[in-house]
Amino acid sequence: MSVLTDPLVQRMMLVAIMVGVTAPIVGTYLVHRRMALLGDGIGHVALAGVAAGWLAGSWAGLADQDALAIPGAIVFAIAGAVVIERMRARGIAAADVIMAVMFYGGIASGVLLISAAGGSNANLMGYLFGSISTVSWNDVWVTVILSIAILAIGLGLRRSLFAVTHDQEFAHSTGLPVNALNMVVAVLAAVTITASMRVVGVLLVSGLMILPVAISQMVTGSFNRTMNIAMVIGVVLCVSGVGITLFYNLQPGALIVVLGVLLYVVVASGASLRHRARQRREKVETA
Amino acid sequence: MRVRLGGHEILHDVHVDAHAGAPVAIMGGNGSGKSTLVRALVGALPLSGGSVKIFGKERSRATSRRVGYVPQRVSAGSGVSATAIEVVTSGLLGAGRLVPPRDAKARAIAALDDLGVGELAHRDVSHLSGGQQQRVLIARALVRKPDLLILDEPMAGVDVPSQEALAATLQRHSDSGGSVVIVLHELGALTPLIDHAVVLEQGCVTHVGEPPRGLGVHALPGHDHEHAHADVPEPTASPFAWEVRK
Repeated sequence: MSVLTDPLVQRMMLVAIMVGVTAPIVGTYLVHRRMALLGDGIGHVALAGVAAGWLAGSWAGLADQDALAIPGAIVFAIAGAVVIERMRARGIAAADVIMAVMFYGGIASGVLLISAAGGSNANLMGYLFGSISTVSWNDVWVTVILSIAILAIGLGLRRSLFAVTHDQEFAHSTGLPVNALNMVVAVLAAVTITASMRVVGVLLVSGLMILPVAISQMVTGSFNRTMNIAMVIGVVLCVSGVGITLFYNLQPGALIVVLGVLLYVVVASGASLRHRARQRREKVETA
Repeated sequence: MRVRLGGHEILHDVHVDAHAGAPVAIMGGNGSGKSTLVRALVGALPLSGGSVKIFGKERSRATSRRVGYVPQRVSAGSGVSATAIEVVTSGLLGAGRLVPPRDAKARAIAALDDLGVGELAHRDVSHLSGGQQQRVLIARALVRKPDLLILDEPMAGVDVPSQEALAATLQRHSDSGGSVVIVLHELGALTPLIDHAVVLEQGCVTHVGEPPRGLGVHALPGHDHEHAHADVPEPTASPFAWEVRK
């Protein structure tokens, strides 16, 4: 138990719990709207924001060049989310094409900006794959504040966000502010990605948003229950992943996502077996 | 009203009136602009010209409270499962109401009961039959207690009992003074209910008046709307704006 009294472990666990509970909230809306890869698109743009923060820190002569990385990521991620949503809403390009442009544009800009700031690609690794073992109390507070905002909006507006992501045409007819609510989902995704960056990194953040939802929807037919179960799965995955890396020298972000994939395989296999058993039972009853 | 999509004008100066207690059918072949018309009517598509008046007022978030819309069933499919009661409850939201009222659950169950699918309230809608899904979507529109009900091809892929149940529901709505605008390929079970039809072809109104009683002639590929046939009067042509009065 002495491990749990270590302040670093406490910080890691706090951040892991916050990210684990909030990422699946936004993930549920993205999966529902069939935009599961939006997180990846915004994540890559956030990487460019990290590098831009580095460049700004370098120009300002800050001792800690990293200081503006997270603010840069937040600004770029939100701007990227707004651009993606506006282009999608206006039908300027198909969603997957917009996403592809964001993928390549984000990562290429990130590498260019970091080299302009005098850094190297190695400086981006912590943001690409997460670096929870270096989390500070400052990072914890930023994560807590962002998580409270995600919880308040993501759960508080759950019914309206469901209505818009479920059937946009109907939502228009009711007078719901469809464009504004779509923008809320996009901005929530951007905030979630920057909050999760420390834990799993921008390359894997979509996995933490989507995998718990993919697992959850195999065991329930309700939107609300899918989100609730996904939040529990998200916390279990994050705490387990971080917990295991306290005893084994493994990369936490990658381990969390691999644990999620394994759980997905187990639950999918169980669901398949249950489905076959039901079919056999129905066949026997019919005969 | 006029509607442009992708640089092409899809609806050309279309004008339709609908009145309380007199359901109106929008008919025509595939690609004639029927669904575009109702989507523009409910605000899901922007107008490139003209206007939509609902109960004498320009369409706005305030008038949308009086409208219940049933889109084509295909638009209701989504990535995450949802129960019938969750879908119907979303019908209670709207302009200025981002959170459902306290009695939302009871009202949603009552609406499902009215459509004869109350026992499906907690079932995943994607596992329901076409007819059952259609009833859930109609319950979602009716839970709003709308004065104007707009339905986009509600009979498509629906079994006969569900068609008859829908006809009875629309009859009740109409008898209680409600307005109905319904997109149809053919009248089918709604024949006794519909006395007024607007026929579209290539985004233009080609007929206003008695509905064509021939079974689905307007939906047949290559059907000639230009030349009158036995059951359809000569086309009318005039510049229009959509208007619904009560």
